[in-house]
Amino acid sequence: MRRLPTATALAALVIGSSVGSAEEATLVRIDGSSTVYPITEAVAEEFQNVHRGKFRVTVGISGTGGGFKKFCRGETDISNASRPIKESERQACAQNGVQYIEVPVAFDALAVMVNPKNDWVDCLTVEELKKIWEPEAQGKIDRWNEVRSNWPDRPLNLYGAGTDSGTYDYFTAAIVGEEGKSRGDYTASEDDNVLVQGIANDPNALGFFGYAYYRENADKLKAVPIRNPQTGQCVAPSVETARDGTYQPLSRPIFIYVNVKSLDREAVASFVDMYLDTDRIVDLVTEVGYVPLPEEAYVLGKENVDKRRTGTAFHGGSQIGVSISDILAAERKL
Amino acid sequence: MSLASRPTPGVDPVLLARIRRGRRSEFLFAAIGLLVLLIGIGTLFTLLVQLLLTGLPHIDLDFLTSYPSRRASQAGILSAWVGTCLVMLVTAAIAVPLGIAAGVYLEEYASDNLFTQIVEINISNLAGVPSIIYGLLALGLFVYAFGFGETILTAGLVLGLLIMPVVIVATREAIRSIPREVREGAYALGADKWQVTRMFILPAAKPGILTGVIVGMARAIGETAPLVTIGALTFIAFLPPPPFRAEFPWLSFDWLWSPFTVLPIQVFNWVSRPQTEFHELAAAAAVVLLALTLLMNAFAIWIRYRARRHLG
Repeated sequence: MRRLPTATALAALVIGSSVGSAEEATLVRIDGSSTVYPITEAVAEEFQNVHRGKFRVTVGISGTGGGFKKFCRGETDISNASRPIKESERQACAQNGVQYIEVPVAFDALAVMVNPKNDWVDCLTVEELKKIWEPEAQGKIDRWNEVRSNWPDRPLNLYGAGTDSGTYDYFTAAIVGEEGKSRGDYTASEDDNVLVQGIANDPNALGFFGYAYYRENADKLKAVPIRNPQTGQCVAPSVETARDGTYQPLSRPIFIYVNVKSLDREAVASFVDMYLDTDRIVDLVTEVGYVPLPEEAYVLGKENVDKRRTGTAFHGGSQIGVSISDILAAERKL
Repeated sequence: MSLASRPTPGVDPVLLARIRRGRRSEFLFAAIGLLVLLIGIGTLFTLLVQLLLTGLPHIDLDFLTSYPSRRASQAGILSAWVGTCLVMLVTAAIAVPLGIAAGVYLEEYASDNLFTQIVEINISNLAGVPSIIYGLLALGLFVYAFGFGETILTAGLVLGLLIMPVVIVATREAIRSIPREVREGAYALGADKWQVTRMFILPAAKPGILTGVIVGMARAIGETAPLVTIGALTFIAFLPPPPFRAEFPWLSFDWLWSPFTVLPIQVFNWVSRPQTEFHELAAAAAVVLLALTLLMNAFAIWIRYRARRHLG
């Protein structure tokens, strides 16, 4: 009995110290795509180094779709997205009164990879990729010579991003022609390292994932050049070919979405300021293996943030063949 | 006369052959057993050695006192190990008192009726529920319904619930193994039920209860799935507010409401990065996690040893 008052006091303290508004005000909550994560993490790290003790940033990985779910419920201030917001997500945001500003932050290329021992593939067309990946291919296209008849009669083993990722959404939209549609009989993983290991150890493999992962494992994998449908030329993925727009249709812009209401808090406003600071962002994006946008794009993004120009310039989810000048035009349109 | 015709008196050759066969199969069984044991231990040993070889060179003071970074050479686990320790603290504060109290009640006080039987069946079942289910429960109940958010408090609560069945079962086993005489002797001296429980049953059951608590905590410290479900965050480069303050009331529980990350999540995050340097850091963080678990075990063994000596 003697100890009871202490216990009660402790309990009261715990309950009493509930979420302080001062605590919340200094916090920037970010969640979303794992593709955008390395860039946001780099900015967050720099931000914490400058404002340690004053502001706090948390970055989670829930995937583009999972991130938007939280964002549209108002649980996060910024959402990382490897594709533009979908119609259903826009409605969810509108229902909860969440207004947002769309800011493109970088360019990313998807690489199609084979084992280094594969000496027969030197270029793939979008049609061939479609033939391999479309839902109808399931159980039919299982050997290399079924894709192109002069290729060897070997099994074709497929590896790719899991269905929850924006990478999968974009790849299916660009190759199969419909977002989220593909064959199901391939090795799918959200963990790109699993795919790297799989392709590196299997001479009959073919797979796809983000260029950043290919760059780190270039000694274990062979990237396949993709024929650009417009120019008819075979283009290998690289920072340069993504930037100049020749590596199409497998390069895409990636975004952050900022909650307008959150921008009223100094913590969020100064975080976004730092994100779009042209002295810093170009180097950060390059460092983590992505293709930076021209400085002008970040200046425009900053302007859209400052003027609170809300909404999306990309209606209807993943869009194929968006070039850097398209992004600039889209940002101006807002 | 017929006696002399037998080859070895008193032993039936059929029986002899059976005994020999029996010995052979016994030897064979022992050999298989040893082989299986060696496979198990060998795999574990190889894993440990590989983990230590990759991880150990990266562990130094900087690694323990730095925040995560995009540059592998500067990355550390400060926020992760502090988060793990704080979450474990909350977990223990929830699971230990509740678990022991429930165990004592079921064993000492509850009468054997339908209600008790239902509770008992449910506790045994709970011990086998996959941890991700606890994560879903916590997401719906703690994060949304109670509005606790993705905080240290929520993480501690879910892990506390997760290991509570283990603590309850261990408490009951420990109490059951106490000799009848202890209880009867105490009652004979005129002690009432609560006195018997407090002064005799609990002290005698302490070693067994502690073992259960440690088994539970060792499970909780490595759990990732329920924490990922409630939305534990991967990049955290700050510490929760300190538990002590200069002014009255000196203690502060603001840290309970802080966002957090823990070691298993940091390991998970580093393993899924493309750069091999981060994979090595993940091994280093795993070594630290292992060391924390061993430390916790050692602490429990020490308390248990003291408790036994005290009893003796």
